Amino acid sequence: MTIDLNIKVGGAAGQGLQTTGIALAKTLKKSGFHIFATQYYFSRVRGGHNTFKIRISDSPIAAMNENVDLLLALDSESIDRHLSELSDGVVVVDADVVKVNSSSESIFHVPMLEIAKEVCGDKIYSNSVSMGAVIGLLCLDMSNLEGILKASFKKKGEEIIQKNINAARAGYDYVKTNYPGGCKFSVNESGEKEKLMLISGNEAVGLGALAAGVQFLAAYPMTPSTGVMTYVAANADKFNVVVEQAEDEIAALNMVLGASYAGARSMTTTSGGGFALMTEALGLAGMTETPAVIFLCQRPGPATGLPTMTEQGDLQFVLTAAQGEFPRCILAPGTPEECFYLTAEAFNIADKYQIPVFVLSDQYLADSLFTCKRFDPSKITVERHLLSDSELRTKKEDYKRYKITPLGISPRALPGQEGVLVLSDSDEHDEFGHICEDAENRIKMNDKRMKKLELLRDEISVAKIYGDLDAAISLVGWGSTYGPLAEVVDILKAQGKSVNLVHFTHIHPLPVEATRKLFSKAKKTVCVENNSTGQFAHHLKLETDVKLTETILRYDGKPFSPEFIIAALKEKEVI
Amino acid sequence: MVSIEDYGNFETAWCPSCGNFGILKAIKQALVNLGRSPHEVLVASGIGQSSKTPHYLNCNGFNGLHGRSLPPATGAKIANHELTVIAVTGDGDCYGEGGNHFLHTVRRNPDITMIVHDNQIYGLTKGQASPTSEIGMKTKVQTHGVFNMPLNPLSMAISLDCSFVARGYAGKVSHLTSLIEKAISHKGLSLVDVLQPCVSFNKLNTFKWYSERVYEMDDTGYELDDRVKAFERSMEWGEKIPLGVFYVNEKPSFEDYLDVLKSGPLYKNPPATEKVNELMDGFI
Ligand SMILES: Cc1ncc(C[n+]2csc(CCOP(=O)(O)OP(=O)(O)O)c2C)c(N)n1
Ligand code: SF4
Repeated sequence: MTIDLNIKVGGAAGQGLQTTGIALAKTLKKSGFHIFATQYYFSRVRGGHNTFKIRISDSPIAAMNENVDLLLALDSESIDRHLSELSDGVVVVDADVVKVNSSSESIFHVPMLEIAKEVCGDKIYSNSVSMGAVIGLLCLDMSNLEGILKASFKKKGEEIIQKNINAARAGYDYVKTNYPGGCKFSVNESGEKEKLMLISGNEAVGLGALAAGVQFLAAYPMTPSTGVMTYVAANADKFNVVVEQAEDEIAALNMVLGASYAGARSMTTTSGGGFALMTEALGLAGMTETPAVIFLCQRPGPATGLPTMTEQGDLQFVLTAAQGEFPRCILAPGTPEECFYLTAEAFNIADKYQIPVFVLSDQYLADSLFTCKRFDPSKITVERHLLSDSELRTKKEDYKRYKITPLGISPRALPGQEGVLVLSDSDEHDEFGHICEDAENRIKMNDKRMKKLELLRDEISVAKIYGDLDAAISLVGWGSTYGPLAEVVDILKAQGKSVNLVHFTHIHPLPVEATRKLFSKAKKTVCVENNSTGQFAHHLKLETDVKLTETILRYDGKPFSPEFIIAALKEKEVI
Repeated sequence: MVSIEDYGNFETAWCPSCGNFGILKAIKQALVNLGRSPHEVLVASGIGQSSKTPHYLNCNGFNGLHGRSLPPATGAKIANHELTVIAVTGDGDCYGEGGNHFLHTVRRNPDITMIVHDNQIYGLTKGQASPTSEIGMKTKVQTHGVFNMPLNPLSMAISLDCSFVARGYAGKVSHLTSLIEKAISHKGLSLVDVLQPCVSFNKLNTFKWYSERVYEMDDTGYELDDRVKAFERSMEWGEKIPLGVFYVNEKPSFEDYLDVLKSGPLYKNPPATEKVNELMDGFI
């Protein structure tokens, strides 16, 4: 990593911070950099203090660090709060508009409003001026920003496009002629322009669902899960998907189960509070053995918690939610690639085992933008495990929806197929699906269902190791902590330490022997989780009897940074 | 040819001479009269005595959760709109626990027939008040007698502009059969609220009580899409209780708005995995 720059845009909600941030991130990606961008925002439509942070590098990155090199301050609070984060950086601010309380030498005034009025006759163009100023400070070519502005304002017509370009160019030129010291950040555009994507975790989940042939999505909006619902809805016509906004989460999962029962590949999207309402229907999925994919994007609870922030606080809830015992599967992606492939895998597991499968994400992964290689849809298979009409025609006995088989998986036919009737029941039932409260039947049916969990346990992927296979220190993470933890491994290895990352994506069920083996050599094992109780560490102990030696926990609503983890490792004398 | 035997003959868990039997008979007869084969029919239900109906009919069935007959029925109808979907539910199930789904399913207007076994009591949980219980009805819970206003399902449905609204009576099976036939044939959401005596717990609204009051409306009396007239009629309750079709409003069903269904049932659509490549271009 020879380039590692951090740009922070700070301001109030409604000031166009997100638009500016995304346009800058896209421009920098076009210039050939690897990007990681996160947003920190509050649950309000206007006001408050929000930030959009972009990290750029010439090597792949998957985490944010805590430095700031360039601060674009859209309000005075941004300077007051973040000036101390700069070591040797620049604050770009329109001092005509923003009250500047500091006399720091880093502050560089760009009269954005004045330029916008002069060049375009309207102050609304000052955001574009600011973008040009940032690109100018980085001494990059203007052409990529122009391209991005063209694409962003395509729908608004030529005139608007041109005005934005003119505004950006004026900001760029202003910096070039007025910034003392010329090119402060000499970042060269990357020579190899890889075809990288700039994508958020939520978009990648949506793409994965479309690649897996999702046919029906019913959901009720809840931050931070809504992005997946809107992404699928935006592409529903192209992919022949029906998306329905249900009246509540209860209806959403019940609808999904009805659609899935009748043969459609179906999913719902929600967050913790919404999932709380779905739990009864989760039990229904368990009892009726109806496949369902539940995308659950975590945010801090309890109750409404911190609606726009991050936490990995719902794992224990998801593991045991709903009445009674039945098999379920939990997958937790940590990168956009994993979001894409694991969502597709979730559908296949749901269909094969006829169980609910969770894709457990969180706000940090959902809303962050990552650069990554194109996904390969040809790697995705769509496995429905349904009885075909011809198989049914040659059947010898009456169809039994809940036939007891050696593996516990019953052959699945659909209502409407000729020659079969499909009966599903939330009560305990016999092989035909009829209510049956008989004790012997209960045991048989319960065993049949639970057998599937053991079968899945044997088939499920084991955690991946990042770094050396045998290391003295193993950092253990799941889901979205992948990026910061992988960077910690890189940093510590460069310092000559023996450390690796054991990254779990397949959270439940856990393959027992294979998981134990991962920890046989490490002397110190440190679980790093975004919650206050070490939920995954408990789960690991319970399922595999692996006891981790340390935990590093964060539960202030913010994601981990590599610096945070390294400081904690030092404090705990692990390193 | 479909016959009544095709819909089977099951032993039930219902009390002898319960009103549910008449409704079951009418559903079977209506399906036979319409020539629907069992494999083309899906009966979705919630929980309650009435909601056990899918177990007493030889056709596809989804017996789900209390109050939740409509969402799975809607999901199934979207997945395979070639199915004839009937939601069988109770007054507690549909107007109590499932009230929100009722409101929104009327708004959505899927082509589903709702048959509500309205016995004005909770049967399965042994006799508590339901949203349609009469004022004054005493139970072990409503020890001073019910004082919450009973809900009028027909007025409520008409006020929501439900596409088809009718009332039947479990004691008039052939009349009820014809109502159910009309409801199934109607495109859009149809409500058939069925007065159903619960012989075990409802000592007020008995077969005798109903037989003295119900009468079949002359359905030529007014234009069926006259919402105001229908509303007026729906409020008649007391010495005389009208039966029949109250309101019909032909309008597009939920499925009509879903262009993707035009080429066949949703569940048969092949995945368009290759198009994901196009979408990815947009991220570059
Ligand atoms: C979530 C939930 N709450 C409560 C119950 C208990 N319960 C079962 S049936 C029922 C009421 C049934 O009344 P109704 O819908 O009128 O049907 P009936 O038995 O009278 O036909 C209740 C409260 C349940 N099964 N699930
Ligand atoms: S309790 Fe009432 S409604 Fe239920 S079966 Fe008995 S008589 Fe019928």
